[in-house]
Amino acid sequence: MLYREALNRAIDESMAADRSVVILGEDVGRYGGSYRVSEGLFAKYGPKRVIDTPIAELSIVGNAIGMAIAGLRPIAEIMTVNFSLLAMDQIVNHAAKFRYMSGGKMTIPLTIRMPGGVSRQLAAQHSESYETMYSAVPGLIVLAASNATYAYHALKAAIFLNDPVVFLEHELLYPMDMKFKQIENFDPFKAEVVKEGEDLTILTYLKMRYDVLEAVPQIEKELGISVEVIDLNSLRPLDMKTITDSIKKTKRVVLVEEDHKTGGYGAEVIARISEALFYELDAPPLRIAGEDVPIPYNRKLELASIPTPDKIVSQILQWSRANGI
Amino acid sequence: MNSARVKTFYYLMKLGREFELAAKEQYMQGNIAGFLHLDIGQEACSVGTMQAFDKGDVFTHYREHVLAIARGMDPKLIMAELFGKATGVSKGKGGSMHLFDPKLDFYGGDAIVAGHLPIATGCAYARKIEGEMAGVFAIFGDGATNAGAFFESLNIAAAWKLPIIFFCENNYYAIGTRIGWVSPFEELYHKARHYMPSKRIDGMNVCEVYRAVMEAKEHIENGLGPYFIEAETYRYEGHSMSDNGKYRSEEEMEIFKSRDPIETLKKEALSRGIVEPEYFDETDKKVAKEIEEAVEFAANSPEPDLSELYEDVYCKECTNVVP
Ligand SMILES: Cc1ncc(C[n+]2csc(CCOP(=O)(O)OP(=O)(O)O)c2C)c(N)n1
Ligand SMILES: [Mg+2]
Repeated sequence: MLYREALNRAIDESMAADRSVVILGEDVGRYGGSYRVSEGLFAKYGPKRVIDTPIAELSIVGNAIGMAIAGLRPIAEIMTVNFSLLAMDQIVNHAAKFRYMSGGKMTIPLTIRMPGGVSRQLAAQHSESYETMYSAVPGLIVLAASNATYAYHALKAAIFLNDPVVFLEHELLYPMDMKFKQIENFDPFKAEVVKEGEDLTILTYLKMRYDVLEAVPQIEKELGISVEVIDLNSLRPLDMKTITDSIKKTKRVVLVEEDHKTGGYGAEVIARISEALFYELDAPPLRIAGEDVPIPYNRKLELASIPTPDKIVSQILQWSRANGI
Repeated sequence: MNSARVKTFYYLMKLGREFELAAKEQYMQGNIAGFLHLDIGQEACSVGTMQAFDKGDVFTHYREHVLAIARGMDPKLIMAELFGKATGVSKGKGGSMHLFDPKLDFYGGDAIVAGHLPIATGCAYARKIEGEMAGVFAIFGDGATNAGAFFESLNIAAAWKLPIIFFCENNYYAIGTRIGWVSPFEELYHKARHYMPSKRIDGMNVCEVYRAVMEAKEHIENGLGPYFIEAETYRYEGHSMSDNGKYRSEEEMEIFKSRDPIETLKKEALSRGIVEPEYFDETDKKVAKEIEEAVEFAANSPEPDLSELYEDVYCKECTNVVP
C-alpha cells in the first residue's frame, strides 16, 4: 500500500465512522491534496466536511481549534511544515495550552498533519524538520509516521484522541509502496523494534529509518556485529521503555535524524539516555544528523547537508574505531 | 506608446517566454529539479511593471524568472541558478524560487506565500524616512491576498503613507484552488479600496500594465502613500512542473490564450504601424540565440564546491565566532 493511501484510508474510515471528523487545508478538497492524501474525499463527503481553505495557515489551525471547541474533530492539513510556522501561535499558545489554562475544562481534539523533511531540491524554505520545536511543547502530542502501517493506525488514533496532535509525515514517503498490516489494539505511543540485534542500537524515525536500514548490512559486515534498529514513532511522549530495554542489551546507541544537529530532536533523546542509562553504556552515544545549514538547492550540496546511507556507515565505522568496538 | 518602448516590451516578453520554455525543456531533461514555476502567459505583468518601475526596490514571490529578466538580471545567471550551478545568481543555493540581486534592488524570490509583503512594507518605511521616494514594488498572486500578512501590510502601508506599490497578479488560481472558492469576490482590488487607490487592469496587455504602474509610481513618489493594482492574467502551465493544471477548463484557457500578451502587442504594433515588421523576426532570432547561450552557459558551468555548504550561513566576521 502506498504511504499516502494509508493516510487516506485512515481519514476516510474516520470520517465514515464519525460525522464530527472534518478536514481542512489548502487544496485538500477539489484538488485532492497537494500530495494526494485527501484524494476522493471531497466527492464522498462534500464541501462541508472537506474544506478548501485560503492560504492562511494561522486561520487553518485557529479555525480548527474553534471547530474542536464546538465539538468537531478536525484534521488540519498544513501543506509543508515550513508553513506551520505561520500557525505556530495557534498551535503553541492556544491548542497546546487551553486544557491546562482552563484547569482541565477545555478539550481540543485536533490533529494537525504536516509533511516535512528534505525532499528533492526544494531549497531552504521547503525542506525543514520541525519535530524538535513541536516536541518541546507541553500539551502537544507529536507522532512521526515513517510507514504505512503506523501512518494508518496512528492517524486514526490521533483523530480520536482528545488532545492536540502534531502528526508529522515526510514528503519522500508519499509515493512509496509499503507493506501494510492491520493491527488490533494498536498503541501509537510505542516505538517499533524494526530489526533485532545484540551489539548496537540505532534509534531513528521518519525517512531516516530507510537510510538506516540500507546502511545496516554493511555496518554489520564491517564490524562483525548485529545491529538493532528502533523507529521511535512517537516523539512526545517518547517510549523510553523500548529504548531502555534495547540499550541494556546492546550497551551502545546511535541516533540518526535528518534535522540539523544543533538542538535537533536527537539531542533530547541522547540527553535522556545519558541521564538514565549512563552506566549501561560501553561507548559514548553518537548522533548522526543534518548539518547546521539551511538546506541548499544544488543536489550535491543538498545531499551533503543530510545523512545518507553512506554517511551513516562511515560515521559509525569511524565512531566504532575511536571507541574500540 | 513610442516605437522604442514597444520594441523593448516585445523583446523582453519574448525573451521571458523563451526562457521559460527552455527551462521547462531542461527540467524534463533532468537538468533542473525541485519546484519550477513558469510565468508563461503572465509576461505582460513581469515586463510592464519592471519597465515602469525602473528605480526603487522589488520584492517578489517564487514565480519570478521573467520579472528578474525584465529587471535586468542576466538570463545566463538565472538559468545557471536553475541548474544549481556555482555561477548562478544565488550560487546554486537558492534555485528557481530564490533569485536575489541587491545590485538590482531585487530581493527575492520568496517562497512563503505573502511572506515578502511585510518585508517590502518595512523597506518602504525605511526608504520614506530616508527621503527616497522611488519606493518599493511588491508583486504577489491572488492566493497571497487571503493571507494575514497581506492585510497587515495594506493597513500599515496606508496608516504610515508608505511609498509602496502592491501589484497583484490575479491568475485566478492558487495551485488548484480557484480564488472565488476562498474569497468572497474574485475582483481583488476591492480588498485594498478602503486603504489606498486601487484599480483592476488587463494584465494581458503590457501597455496597460506599464501605464498603470507609471501612474502608481507618480502617486507614491509624490508622497501620497501606497497604491494597489490588480492585474487580470493567466498562467498557461500548471502551478509548477509537478502540477498539470487540469482543474481548469479548456475554454477558460482558450479565452486567455486568445489574449496572449506577446501576440496582442505584436498585432497592435503591426496594425498601427508603430514597429516595422522585420523587427519581430530579427528579435525572435536574437532571443533564440540568447536563450541558447544561457542554456549553454548553465550546462558548462561548474557545480558549487562542497566547501560552499557552510559558506553564507553567517557573514564573514560571524563565521569565526559561530561554530
Ligand atoms: C505560507 C505558505 N503557504 C502555502 C504555500 C504553498 N504554496 C506555494 S504557491 C501557492 C499558491 C499561491 O498562489 P498565488 O498567490 O495565486 O500565486 P501564483 O502561484 O498563482 O502565481 C501555495 C499554496 C506556501 N509556499 N507558503
Ligand atoms: Mg494565482
